[in-house]
Amino acid sequence: MSATGGPDRVSSVSGRRRAKDRAFTVFLWTCGGLALLPLVLIVVYVVGRGYSALSVNFFTKEPAGPIDPAAGGIAQAFLGTGIIVGMAAAFSIPLGILTAIYLSEYGNGRVANVIRFVAEILLSTPSIVAGVFVAAVLVTAMHTFSALAGSIALTVLMWPVIARATEEILRLVPQDLREGALALGIPRWKVILRVVIPTAGAGILTSIMLALARGLGETAPILVTALGSDFISTNPGQPMDALPLRIYNYARQPVEALQTFAWGAATMLLLAVLLLSIAARILASRQQRRLS
Amino acid sequence: MLGGQGEPAFRRFGLGFLIGRNWDPVHESFGALPYVFGTLVTAAIAIVLAVPIAVGLAIFLNDTHGWFTHPLAIFVDVLAAIPSVVYGLWGLYVLGPVLQNHVEPFLTDTIGRVPLLGRLFQGTPTGGDLFTAGVVLAIMILPIVTAVSREVIAVVPRDLREAAKALGATRYETIRMAVLPYARSGLVGATMLGLGRALGETIAVSMVVGGGRSIGFGLFNAGSTIPSVIASQFLNAQNIGFHRSALLALAVVLVSIALVLAAASRLLVRRTAKLVQAPTAESVAEGPALRISG
Repeated sequence: MSATGGPDRVSSVSGRRRAKDRAFTVFLWTCGGLALLPLVLIVVYVVGRGYSALSVNFFTKEPAGPIDPAAGGIAQAFLGTGIIVGMAAAFSIPLGILTAIYLSEYGNGRVANVIRFVAEILLSTPSIVAGVFVAAVLVTAMHTFSALAGSIALTVLMWPVIARATEEILRLVPQDLREGALALGIPRWKVILRVVIPTAGAGILTSIMLALARGLGETAPILVTALGSDFISTNPGQPMDALPLRIYNYARQPVEALQTFAWGAATMLLLAVLLLSIAARILASRQQRRLS
Repeated sequence: MLGGQGEPAFRRFGLGFLIGRNWDPVHESFGALPYVFGTLVTAAIAIVLAVPIAVGLAIFLNDTHGWFTHPLAIFVDVLAAIPSVVYGLWGLYVLGPVLQNHVEPFLTDTIGRVPLLGRLFQGTPTGGDLFTAGVVLAIMILPIVTAVSREVIAVVPRDLREAAKALGATRYETIRMAVLPYARSGLVGATMLGLGRALGETIAVSMVVGGGRSIGFGLFNAGSTIPSVIASQFLNAQNIGFHRSALLALAVVLVSIALVLAAASRLLVRRTAKLVQAPTAESVAEGPALRISG
């Protein structure tokens, strides 16, 4: 039916047309194969070179001195990533969900269009620009690089992801559900809290996971705001380390042990991000089946 | 805000800021041409490599139905989630050496012998150059270009494909004559979105691009891009003099280009959606003619 037809019909077209069609089919399969290649190669190499770095010290110690760098670890980077991304999530999740609720439930006026426009602009802003902008304002004002500035730079990048994706999910919630609840005399805020959000729950979770995956991996904006550090620190007003920064710094060191650490950190980062985004996709397709 | 911070540099150096070749923070001379050049070249390589594969892949995913299509789509999407610093690390230690030892010499020996075009592929392969950065960027923009292309191709009306097939078109002819003409503006939109991403990519590029400042034909020269120079110099840029202001001005240039591309891309993708929403007799008539050539 939708196939090109059986072999009988193909053989009835002229040789040149058949050859072109064959060549095209080969081209399509090549594209499919080529697309598979990078992910496999990246995962195999990163994990293959990184797993030997994973030891207890790696997760629990600060970097050791230059005499025996292999004895140290990058505990401060794990902690720092947790704090910076955690703060960014604490800012951007409520902000993003509230924005989405406003846009989908109340927003038809000019304000809503302006917000949508801003989110759209932020989505296509290169991440280094967001970082430089926050650095120019906040780091200059605070006179120091800080984890807080890093998390605000991440918020600028994560908020629009959550806002736009959540808005789309909320719009998928059937209008009948809202109207049914309103007809029962339930106030609007309660309808949103008890009917709309629970129905869209999995979808909202998906958008949060995608934003987290993005925040975990961003390097450039953190580099110019949180700077990085060799020591464990929990003070958000001070410079702090993060996994991507460690990878970036260690990758360019001529010391073999540090390069191995970079691969180890990349392995952990890659696993976290891949798990998040695959789980998000599975959740999303389930949700879509439920709502349609 | 950002414009305000970069303004001193714009005012001080004028147009020379964009076309000057000398970037020397010590002597307060800022000409960004080498970085603009590097940005454009790496993004162009990425587009040339990624777009044909992305469009082919989008057609493949829409057209083929097998157990592997859904996993393959997920595979490609997941590629978008890999952090750019991981791409950079991989590009620096795995892809770079492969390109340096095998691909680049091969290109020099083959295309490098063609007059004119060959000039692009001459020079000493180093692995840390504009070409490597372009290849890494191509991998990075593949998912987004594929995703948008799929959307665009998916909205082409079924009737059109079926009409073409009913007239005896092969699969290639159906796609060439019924699908691609309709999807064309949307595909251009997808390309522009990919271009925007490629222009703004920072860390991965700065790790593999080599950090040179050359302007020339050779793709195997070390270069720099606007984002990579911002990332590598911003921390050292003092707020005295024009260095910092010049970097912020670069950020303004970058974000302006990215926004224009994103806006144009949205317009084009929407136009495709509108074009196919109402496939009336008119729009079909003015659209692709279903001619089958021998």
